[in-house]
Amino acid sequence: MREFPIRRRILADKTFKIIIILLSFACILPMFFIIFFITSKGISAINWKFLTQLPKPVGETGGGILNAIIGTFILVIISILFSVPLGVFAGIFLSEYRKGRFVYFTRLSIEILQGIPSIVIGIIAYTWVVVPMGSFSALSGAVALGLMMLPVIVTATGETLKLIPDSLREASLALGVSYPRTIIKVILPAGLSGIVTGVLLSIARVAGETAPLLFTAFGSPFMNLNILKPVNSLPLMIFNYATSPYSEWHTLAWGASFVLVVLVLGLNLFTKVVTSKWKVQF
Amino acid sequence: MESTVLRIEKFSAFFGENAVLKDIDLSIPRNKITAIMGPSGCGKTTLIRCINRMHELNPDARVSGKIFLDNEDIYATDPIIVRRQIGMVFQKPNPFPTMSIYDNVIAGYNLNGIRLAKDEKERVVEESLRKAALWEEVNGTLHRRGTFLSGGQQQRLCIARALAMGPAVLLLDEPTSALDPKATSHIEELILRLKDTVTIILVTHNIAQAARVSDFTAFLYLGELVEFGLSEKMFTAPKDKKTEEYLSGKFG
Amino acid sequence: MADHSNADVLALKVDAKTVNQYKFVMSESSFRKILYLAAICVLILLVAIFFSLLLSSLPAIRHFGLGFLAGITWDPVKSEFGALPFLIGTLATSFLALILSLIFSLPISIFLGEYFRHGTASMFIKSMIELLAGIPSVIYGFCGLFLLTPVIRGLETKVGVSPYGVGIFTASLVLSIMIIPYSASIGREVISLVPSDLKEAALSLGATRFEVIRKVTLPYAYSGIFAGILLALGRALGETMAVTMVIGNSNFIPTNIFSPGNTLASVIANEFTEATGSLYLASLIELGLVLFIVTTIINVIGKIIIRRMGAGV
Repeated sequence: MREFPIRRRILADKTFKIIIILLSFACILPMFFIIFFITSKGISAINWKFLTQLPKPVGETGGGILNAIIGTFILVIISILFSVPLGVFAGIFLSEYRKGRFVYFTRLSIEILQGIPSIVIGIIAYTWVVVPMGSFSALSGAVALGLMMLPVIVTATGETLKLIPDSLREASLALGVSYPRTIIKVILPAGLSGIVTGVLLSIARVAGETAPLLFTAFGSPFMNLNILKPVNSLPLMIFNYATSPYSEWHTLAWGASFVLVVLVLGLNLFTKVVTSKWKVQF
Repeated sequence: MESTVLRIEKFSAFFGENAVLKDIDLSIPRNKITAIMGPSGCGKTTLIRCINRMHELNPDARVSGKIFLDNEDIYATDPIIVRRQIGMVFQKPNPFPTMSIYDNVIAGYNLNGIRLAKDEKERVVEESLRKAALWEEVNGTLHRRGTFLSGGQQQRLCIARALAMGPAVLLLDEPTSALDPKATSHIEELILRLKDTVTIILVTHNIAQAARVSDFTAFLYLGELVEFGLSEKMFTAPKDKKTEEYLSGKFG
Repeated sequence: MADHSNADVLALKVDAKTVNQYKFVMSESSFRKILYLAAICVLILLVAIFFSLLLSSLPAIRHFGLGFLAGITWDPVKSEFGALPFLIGTLATSFLALILSLIFSLPISIFLGEYFRHGTASMFIKSMIELLAGIPSVIYGFCGLFLLTPVIRGLETKVGVSPYGVGIFTASLVLSIMIIPYSASIGREVISLVPSDLKEAALSLGATRFEVIRKVTLPYAYSGIFAGILLALGRALGETMAVTMVIGNSNFIPTNIFSPGNTLASVIANEFTEATGSLYLASLIELGLVLFIVTTIINVIGKIIIRRMGAGV
């Protein structure tokens, strides 16, 4: 009988653990590089003018990213209007109804919607809004972003509400409160932290999206508050400037990247901190 | 001679094809404490959930027979109205976690959209909390969340919440089984005081509790009403053999 | 129903009239109808998306038929549209990225699911993963373009290939970093769900931790890890911006790993706004349809496996 010498096995065990640890920590490297370069190259471009001015034409120095910041803001607000009401109610549906083929297919649809590539969503928003309207617009961009936010909000709402114990609902019903009021006034407030988390996280995700806006919101060098016209956003601007041949624009892109990264990561952090404080105990 | 507040006639309850209650005939006397007892699965919780029409929330649920509250058929009325007249306290205390103590007591009105003037609200809150023997302990912290209270206090808060609606009947579903002995005895004292203002139906599997607290007892076995009568008589000289076996701990 | 509450508990009587005292009254059935309506909207949305893509691609489908998928030329000038270069580009970048990412995501799954389930190390790596997942795609592309391509160019010169810097290889590298979080987090879940009594049985027989992982934990978690890989693949297939910025934008079939190319997503991103003529646009949208179908199938298979695992565990 041949047996593996114990010492070798123990050595293999220890080596394996070290390899696992090293390879796991290796993921810090790309993270580090990205944050380091964005900060070092971007922070030099940030000043008050940068944040409050519009971009200047090629050849002129200076200019800023104000229209992109405002544009991102506008797009996010409108897409919330599209996705949150529908998303919350669909989420309530999924938490109240568990069995049956209709429920199954609804659940499946949400999962499929979540997996649709962002560029395909852009094509859809183009077909549904840009073509009938005849022009690019913030509205179509918001429709695209709203479609991307929807599955996240539905899932967050549904999962949060499922966790709420039945006894809460029974307590309300036993007081003679009607079913709709029980859901809206007792169950929803109890699940609010989870729902808000879902909304905030989906905002963080779409704030950084470019692909669905390429042929919907389209981008613009001007400041625009009219939602029926094209609008710029931070990621769009970064894409356009980074792929341009002008080095002044590259600098602007680094600055804009820094702002975007701060915004997105800041929002993630904010979400974590706020909702852990807010969570309801049962 | 006691008057009857709740009359249950030939009442059966089903889950799908399965009969959980079979032909129950029972009259609950007004302003007395009636205990409902029996081994697990005998249908006692189902019975009180039929009285406040919570049983029918289950999609497979079905009932037959009649229940009268002061001579009105509760199954011929909107369940929401029935539930406002018959309060329920659950086994595990369940104050609304997002509301303060104050708002929890008033929850029945707030959630139903019934507007009370501020001084009426305060009066209802104080009266209900006093009746639930909780006022002394919480009147300084009415605006704190209800979930910060101890288990026994939370349960008394739930009692106050149910009482605030002014129900004719209060259903208690094993209200002390999740509490420690001291909290249990507080609640038992409270129940004894409450019976002057509201009729109490108490489901309990604790034979000693039923003996301590109840005026009348109903004994259920496998969905049927086996015996009903004055608690004193039932505990000392039960008429039915099954009752005697249960009370002496042979099963259950 | 008349009021039967005890009059001396409250001066206020709760009677049928007060039910309608306030502005907003909704019946249960109306509310339930609204819930159903919301669910129906979701279903309709999905169906509408599919049919929109289908209808808009119809001109191209009718013109090229199934040969579209095998067509090797994509020439807008001659109106010849074939999808093969992009299918190859997509598959090449996605699979290469998947393999590269596994080198890191599998160890991370084991790290978080076996060795460091709680504690500071665990929180640290978990946060790193979340950060990686949170960085927008365009930032990855930007950094890839400016930081990575010079390095790759140097590599290509050494190897003796044309020093584009951009190309399939660069895109795969960037993509691999981006999909690490997806397979890592699912892998971690399934590994941590392996019942501890199985592991303890193996340990009590004298196995080392490495052997337990190799012979008990990983085989048990295999289907879940596979599902995680599928989901990461689904993500890689649809990734657009980062790939677009570093893949080199060439519509010819890539000849080697360092060639420039295009993926289904990147060609749409590059050419959609310049597409003139309905055949051009329809062909691009048909590429989108293909992308939609492929990613949906992969995602659904992955989710089914995960659901089965949850039921079996």
